[in-house]
Amino acid sequence: MKCNIVLAGVGGQGILSIATVIGYAAVDSGLFLKQAEVHGMSQRGGAVLSHLRISDKEIYSDLVPEGRADLIISAEPMESLRYLPFLSKEGWIITNKNPFINIPNYPAIESILAEVEKQPHHISFDGDGIAKNTGNARGVNMVIAGAASVFIDIPFEKMKEGVRFIFNRKGEDIVNKNLMALEEGRKYALEHR
Amino acid sequence: MDTKKMLLLGDEAIAQGAIDAGVSGFYAYPGTPSTEIMEYAQHSKEAAEKNIHRRWSANEKTAVEAALGMSYAGKRAIASMKHVGLNVAADPFINSALTGANGGLIIVSADDPSMHSSQDEQDSRFFGKFAMIPILEPCNVQEAYDMAFYGFDLSEKYKIPVMIRITTRLAHSRGGVVPRKKIEQNKMKLPENKRQYVLLPAIARKSYKHLLELQNKFLEESINSPFNKYMEGKDKSLGIIACGLGYNYLMENFQDTGCPYPVLKISQYPPTVPQIAKMVDECNEILVLEEGMPVVEELLRGMLNRTGKMKGRMSGEIPRDGELSPNIVRMGMGMEDLTGNAAPSMLAQRPPSLCKGCPHIDTYKAINEAIKSVYGDGHIFSDIGCYTLGALPPFESINSCVDMGASITMAKGAADAGLFPSCCVIGDSTFTHSGMTGLLDVVIEKTNIVVFIVDNSTTGMTGGQDSHALGRIQDICLGLGVEKEHFHIINPLPKNHNEFVEIIKKEIAYNGPSVIVPTRECVQTYKLHASKDKEKSNE
Repeated sequence: MKCNIVLAGVGGQGILSIATVIGYAAVDSGLFLKQAEVHGMSQRGGAVLSHLRISDKEIYSDLVPEGRADLIISAEPMESLRYLPFLSKEGWIITNKNPFINIPNYPAIESILAEVEKQPHHISFDGDGIAKNTGNARGVNMVIAGAASVFIDIPFEKMKEGVRFIFNRKGEDIVNKNLMALEEGRKYALEHR
Repeated sequence: MDTKKMLLLGDEAIAQGAIDAGVSGFYAYPGTPSTEIMEYAQHSKEAAEKNIHRRWSANEKTAVEAALGMSYAGKRAIASMKHVGLNVAADPFINSALTGANGGLIIVSADDPSMHSSQDEQDSRFFGKFAMIPILEPCNVQEAYDMAFYGFDLSEKYKIPVMIRITTRLAHSRGGVVPRKKIEQNKMKLPENKRQYVLLPAIARKSYKHLLELQNKFLEESINSPFNKYMEGKDKSLGIIACGLGYNYLMENFQDTGCPYPVLKISQYPPTVPQIAKMVDECNEILVLEEGMPVVEELLRGMLNRTGKMKGRMSGEIPRDGELSPNIVRMGMGMEDLTGNAAPSMLAQRPPSLCKGCPHIDTYKAINEAIKSVYGDGHIFSDIGCYTLGALPPFESINSCVDMGASITMAKGAADAGLFPSCCVIGDSTFTHSGMTGLLDVVIEKTNIVVFIVDNSTTGMTGGQDSHALGRIQDICLGLGVEKEHFHIINPLPKNHNEFVEIIKKEIAYNGPSVIVPTRECVQTYKLHASKDKEKSNE
C-alpha cells in the first residue's frame, strides 16, 4: 500500500487538520507515515500545502516526488491546480468548489472550475454547502477529508477515530458534527466517483 | 508499525530526545523553522514534572549564553534557533568551542533553504566548521531523536559543544520515532578546571591549541559514527555523497531497485576523509547532494578542481540555490524528469498577507496618511515580523527588512545622512530582542527619528509566543532616556485614526527621538485566548 497526497489550501482553512485525521488513521492502521507541513510566514493568508505520504514500506523523502502524487486534496479550487506538477497521470483531484478570495486578482471562478473539469480524474463539490447542510458550516475541511477517504486504502473507521482524536477536547457535540461532515463528504465522493 | 512509536515533527523529536537524554534546560528565541523545539518542551507534561527549564530567551545570544552557563554548572542544556538567529548568537557560539562544555551542550540551528520564511538561506554547517566543533545533521525524525542522546554524550566525552543542523523539511515533517530508555538529569557539578571558561588571551591560546588537537578525534568519531555509512555499488561510473536530507531524496529514486552506485551517507561532520578518498579513487565522477549550500562539494572540489570529478551545485547538475527535491536529485543523476503537467498560467499568486482585524493594518493606514502621502516613499525602515508584510500591497509602506533590530539603527544612520523624516517600524518582541540597544544610540545622540514599536503583545509571525516586551515597553523606553512628552501609546482602532495621524505629524515636527507605540493584541492570539476561555467555561 502506498498513497502520496498533496494537501492544498489557504492559511486558516484547516489543511493541517485534514492531514492530522488521515495521518492518525494511517498510523493507527500500522502504516508508515511522513507528513511535511508549512509553518511560519506562509500561514498568514498565503497558499499553504502539506505533503502526506503513507506506505506499508519505509518512506525516504518527506516531500511527495514531482509527478507521483496519487491525490491532490484541496480546500479551494485555484489551489487544487497550483500543484498539478506533483500529480501522477493516474492521480485524482479532490477539491472544494468554493473559492477563497483574499486577493484582488483572483481569476474568474468559471474559468478555474473549467480547468478543474478538464483534468482526467477529479471530484469537485460544494463543500461549504454540504457542511452547512449538516449544521456545521465550519466542518468544510472534514467534508473534504471524507470525500478523499474514498481514495485512500485505510479503513473508514480509522478515519473516524482520527476525527475523534482531534476534536475530542472540544466536546461530544463538536465531535459528532465533524463525524457527520466526514460521512457526508464520503457519501458524495462515492456517488460521484 | 510498533505501537510504541511516537508521531513527532523533526523539531519535536529533538526536544523529546533531549528530554529523554536528561536535559535540564531548553533555551531559545522563536524563529521558523526552529520554534517547535521549545514549544514542544513547553507543552510537555514530562518536562514540567522534571522541572526542566523551558522559557523563551530575549534573543538567541542570551539563549546560547544561558545554555553555556547551565553546561558550566554540569547539567545538559540545549539552545535552539533558526539559522539567522545563530548570527546573533555567533559570539558565544564561536567562543563556546574554546571554553568547551562541562555538562552536555547542544546548539540546534534550523536552516531554511528556499527561504520559506527567512531573509537568506545561509548554511549553518559553515558556522559549525568555523567553530571547529562536530556537526550532526539528521535525515529523519528517528535520527533527530537519537542525535540528542548521541550529541550530549559526544559533548561530554570531549567537553565540547555539539551542533545539530536541521533544515525546514525535517523540522516540519512528522514521522514515527521509537523512544529509548530515559536518562536521569546530571547533578550540578562545577568544572574541575576553574579557568576553563576564562578566555583571557594567555588561557585562550591554550584552549585553542586544545581545540586544534581535538580535530583528529572529531574525524575519528565521524568515521565510526552510526549515522554515517558507506554503501558499495556495482556501477562505479558515479559515486554519490549524500548529506542530510540529500540521502532521502537519493534513496527515494531507488526505492524498488536499490541504488546501483556507491553511496556515502554523511550525517556527522567533519566529513569522513578515508571513505571519500575511497570513493574518489574508485569512481569516475562524484555527485555531492546537500541541502543548502555546497559546503562539502566546495571542500572536495578545491579551488583548482584537480580531480575534475566533482559534480553538484557548483557545476550545475543541481541548482545552485534552493532546497533539494526527489526530482532535482533525479535529474542531477541524468534520470528522466517525472514532473506532471504544468499548472495553468491563469493562476494568481497568493502572497501572505496581514490577517483580517490585524492591528498593523490600522497602523500602516495612519503611517501612510501622515508620512507616505506627505513625503513620498523611502522614509520608513522596518524589521522582522508580521508587520514586514507592510512592504506588500495594499500598504507598500516600508522600505527595509534586514535583521532583527536593524530598523531603528538604519533609521538613525539615514537621519545622520540627512533623511527627513526618518522613521522605523519594529515589533514589540523584536524590540526587546535587538532594538533596545539601537534606541540607546538614538537617545544618546538625540537623533531625529520617529520609532513605531508596533505592540501586538506577542511574537506573532512564529505563531504567538510570549513576548518579553509585554507590559514593559514604556518603562524600557523611558529608562533608556526617551522623553516622556515624546513617548505615546495609542490603540490603533479606526475610531482613533485621526488622533494617531496627528500624533505622528507632531512627532515628525519634533527635532529629536520620538517613540509611538500602537498597542492592540494580535487577532490570532486574541482568538486563541478567547477559545481557551470558552473551553475552560465548558469544563
